[in-house]
Amino acid sequence: MTDGHENRLGYAKEGLVVRLLVSRMLVSSVLAVAAVGGAGAAEPDLVRRAQLVSMVRQDCGSCHGLRLTGGLGPALLPDSLSGKPAAALIAAVLGGRPGTAMPGWSRFLSGAEAAWIVEQLQRGFPPLAERGGW
Amino acid sequence: MDRRAVAARFSATRRKGGLVNRWRTISRVLAGLAAVVVAGCAGRPVAGLRGTGDLGIVIERASGSVQIVDHSGRRSLGRIEGLGDLSHAHATVSRDGRYAYVFGRDGGLTKLDLLAGRIDRRIIQAGNSIGGSISQDGRLVVAQNYQPGGIKAFDADTLAPVAEVAAEYAPGRFSKVVGLADVPGQGFAYALFDAGEIWVTDFTDPSAPRTRRFAAGKQPYDGLVTPGGRYFMAGLFGEDGIALLDLWQPEQGVRRILDGYGRGEDKLPVFKMPHLRGWAVADGKAYLPAVGRHEVLVVDVTDWREVGRIAVAGQPVFVMARPDGRQVWVNFAFPDNALVQVIDTLEGAVIDTLSPGRAVLHMEFTPRGEAVWVSARDDDRVTVYDTATRKALAVLPARAPSGIFFTARAARIGF
Ligand code: HEC
Repeated sequence: MTDGHENRLGYAKEGLVVRLLVSRMLVSSVLAVAAVGGAGAAEPDLVRRAQLVSMVRQDCGSCHGLRLTGGLGPALLPDSLSGKPAAALIAAVLGGRPGTAMPGWSRFLSGAEAAWIVEQLQRGFPPLAERGGW
Repeated sequence: MDRRAVAARFSATRRKGGLVNRWRTISRVLAGLAAVVVAGCAGRPVAGLRGTGDLGIVIERASGSVQIVDHSGRRSLGRIEGLGDLSHAHATVSRDGRYAYVFGRDGGLTKLDLLAGRIDRRIIQAGNSIGGSISQDGRLVVAQNYQPGGIKAFDADTLAPVAEVAAEYAPGRFSKVVGLADVPGQGFAYALFDAGEIWVTDFTDPSAPRTRRFAAGKQPYDGLVTPGGRYFMAGLFGEDGIALLDLWQPEQGVRRILDGYGRGEDKLPVFKMPHLRGWAVADGKAYLPAVGRHEVLVVDVTDWREVGRIAVAGQPVFVMARPDGRQVWVNFAFPDNALVQVIDTLEGAVIDTLSPGRAVLHMEFTPRGEAVWVSARDDDRVTVYDTATRKALAVLPARAPSGIFFTARAARIGF
């Protein structure tokens, strides 16, 4: 498995920035340095957003469904989240909900990234980007 | 098998066009190769005369499609689209090995004709479903649903609804159903995640199913039936242990095994739920994923005592014995999901670590275990490994592949 991360981003622009981010992603998931991906309070950039969309639909999707219509975990659609304070949802994403199957994701997401995810969930989550060859 | 020859003849077929020519070509190919599926118009395979024992499907979870595959030829025979939301899709196989029933997350139940390479029938049977199983006599296909919580039985030929058991464990309270498996006596055993119970429903009279309930433990997340059909086990998420029901003596109730295997230590986070199925048993021992520990737990199935634990690379998701029981293959939850580890059951230790691609979601052994197919969602491929040498024998492109289901499941209890 050496070719992986570059392929995945085949739809994004080639170049130093992309490569840099990709290697930072790798470092962050290997070393679990939560701050690397989002660098503080800054909004995630386009490349990182694409990764977050894929992560939410695929990995969060293993419990919440690819279409976020719910599974072992509840639906994460705008209707189901409306009226719930974003701060509580962000706290759930980062810290999990003890005693339930919802784990905390702070090893992999910065606060800004979790906030961006919750904002998108409440608004209607973006679709998966098409990948090359589909 | 010479694949190039097939391809050449296939394009010749297309060039000539015309029904007569096409059939002449096809029968010539058949004479030479015994079994050939020609991808006809729009990528749909059309079957020649052949068996189905070496067919299977690969779920393409994000695009609502499946590929029909041939594990003798290690190749894809075509793609079928239009199956809806296939996240967490599961499939069971008709008794004759011709049809696969695919259960989609969106409650879709699709009956695929593997020979004709098309959808035979499709219904939406629930709002949110996670799988199903086929009855001992092959006549009923039963779905397990989260929403509405319960199970539903359908006629395996027509998909007409036959019976329904709502998982109403207290007045007005319905549970998500997990771990559904067929058991001998036209029965189905399953667990209720929210109720902490195991239910066994007997469909001998499909118009009046009879259900028995058993207390199991906190948050059962999946279940399995041992290969002979005697025991049903439900893994627990909410506590350390496994609920075991002897289906020969159900009146004895649920017995707990592996109680407190976490030894009171803090659990590691579980980023994806493990899965259980009858493949867990190898050579008299069951190999089970620990929850919140990076370990495979080993239990002697004669007395259900823990006889060992094997440290592995992450939170195990599938712990699958090769059909002969000499090896157990393990994949992992996020973030260790780019790895697969191989346990030698004689040594009781990991003997190999493989990297089949990013987000390995599922593995399926060929019926006698010389090869295993492994799906890697984020690298859009399925890799076929020789289980003895662990060398890749083939790599098949697939769109975000997840579950792989071979027709050999048709002949196994608990699938
Ligand atoms: C292993 C299963 C699992 C995974 C994976 C998972 N969740 Fe959850 N999630 C749950 C469960 C179960 C709950 C309900 C917890 C409760 O009962 O309060 C939940 C609750 C939530 C909630 C609160 C919803 C509400 O209405 O209060 C949010 C937001 C959420 N999850 C987001 C995520 C995100 C984002 C991810 C991926 C980064 C994720 N989840 C991955 C199981 C999971």
